[in-house]
Amino acid sequence: MIWDRMTDDAVRARLEHLDIPFNRFGLDPYGISKVHLGAFYSFLGVLYKHYFRVLTHGIEHVPNDGAAMVVGNHSGGLPVDAGMVAASMFFAHDPPRHLHGMVEKFAQGWPFLAPLFSRVGQLTGLPEHATRILNDGRLLLVFPEGARGTGKLYKDKYQLVRFGTGFVRIALRSGAPIVPFAFVGGEEAIPTVYHARRLARMMRAPYVPITPYGLPIPLPIQCSLHFGEPLHFEGDGTEPDHVIEGYVAQVKERIAGLIDEGRRMRHTRRGTKADQ
Amino acid sequence: MARGDTVLGIDRRPWPDAPAGVQTFRADVRKRPAEDVFRLHSPDAMVHLATVTHLSARREQRYRINLGGTRSVFENCARYGVKHAIFVGRHTVYGAAPDAPLYRTEADPPLAVATFPDLADLVAADLYAGSALWRHPQLRTAVLRFVYTLGPSQRGTLASYLGGTRVPTLLGFDPLFHFMHEHDAADAIVAALDAQLNGVFNVAGPPPVPLSLLCKAVGKPAVPMPEAIFRRAVGHFGFPKLSRHAVAHIRHPVVIDNAAFLAATDFTPKFDEIQTMESYRWAV
Repeated sequence: MIWDRMTDDAVRARLEHLDIPFNRFGLDPYGISKVHLGAFYSFLGVLYKHYFRVLTHGIEHVPNDGAAMVVGNHSGGLPVDAGMVAASMFFAHDPPRHLHGMVEKFAQGWPFLAPLFSRVGQLTGLPEHATRILNDGRLLLVFPEGARGTGKLYKDKYQLVRFGTGFVRIALRSGAPIVPFAFVGGEEAIPTVYHARRLARMMRAPYVPITPYGLPIPLPIQCSLHFGEPLHFEGDGTEPDHVIEGYVAQVKERIAGLIDEGRRMRHTRRGTKADQ
Repeated sequence: MARGDTVLGIDRRPWPDAPAGVQTFRADVRKRPAEDVFRLHSPDAMVHLATVTHLSARREQRYRINLGGTRSVFENCARYGVKHAIFVGRHTVYGAAPDAPLYRTEADPPLAVATFPDLADLVAADLYAGSALWRHPQLRTAVLRFVYTLGPSQRGTLASYLGGTRVPTLLGFDPLFHFMHEHDAADAIVAALDAQLNGVFNVAGPPPVPLSLLCKAVGKPAVPMPEAIFRRAVGHFGFPKLSRHAVAHIRHPVVIDNAAFLAATDFTPKFDEIQTMESYRWAV
């Protein structure tokens, strides 16, 4: 099978330790397929280790088992940040853990991509999916900036845009901790200087990023991931808006702090002065 | 029957191979002879299976049987002191849509009215049966929304879709299909009777499988094609005839959460997904 041939041996070995209840046919109840996952992580591994050479800090803050919501910033005009966070959970976390991402609804109408997302456990961004994943004791990836975050232009790099608030209510309802993280480097890897709105409408996508070199292809720039200590909030998700907004502000502030920390480390590595 | 219950059956069609001991009555459930069965035999429980699911039937006929028939049997239940009524519905009432949750619970709305208008009569029958919960509070009512059934009978909605020499699928899509063995479905009805279920419940067996795997396992080659060709090809070239709205169910999954049913009954499916597909494939 083609997917099996695309899986490297190291990935195959780590798949055996993954926290997914595959049945004897290599499928889980969400439709995740072990062979597809092998090819998926083999591809992400090349990007994570060799193309973006991702440096991962603080991964020990992600629990070894049970539910957790991994929450961070969008960085760059394409969602490579999501792929790299998922790769860090698989390659850098011990034991490896599978991270469920939330895919924009419009992607479910795309031939070939829609079933591929399904086979690798990336479900449509719906509160029902988030709740179910956490109640099943799995890891959930959330970008509270949503498409607004990936749509940022280069001039606004690393500026967090408005956060949605639903993710905090879902975390409170399920009792899952929130693990904040910052992804640094994506803004330089895919600098968006313009949005091709007409093309986006044709593709039924919220935007199509145009880079200074034209194509929306990421550059091989080193990226880094910075995970913070888990945040635990009091409540059951039925709190009034001002309480939830207070929790969201704390998450946003922590992510902003991790971004600053990551950018300082990046400039220290390069021996350059941190820009503002 | 094995434990001493008396089983009566009502059907317009003859049932020559009915199990020994089942007393059958040839009658239309909407007509007087069917009501006489309720009046004369005073059954304790009723299982309503008489719905038309194949879309080749005329729309008026489907409404007459599915909605009119459901109304008649529930009225007879209320009138003649039946204690427990079970409506056997379909999980397809939830409809298939790109922005629908993967697992539907009983709290999810039946979107099929919009995504698959040909199923409107089944949605109406399902909701009408559910209304017995408040219209006839003395009658315990269970609306069971079953996934597709598959098995040696090679009958049913999914069996019809798989019944051609080749299975038409949509290029670039491979939705999860949720089905259970037909014998497990029968056991689930008995489990619902035993538990005296009252309410709406999703009923499923093993987890869903991708359509590509289903085709492979039942030995039918899948023929992926673009939607424009798909619409023209179905019903020809050895492909089964399908409603034009069926495309949504071949592009997006309809999968259900049966946790409430499992918690309320002793039901445990005996057949896994591979055994179920093979029982269909190798049936003689």
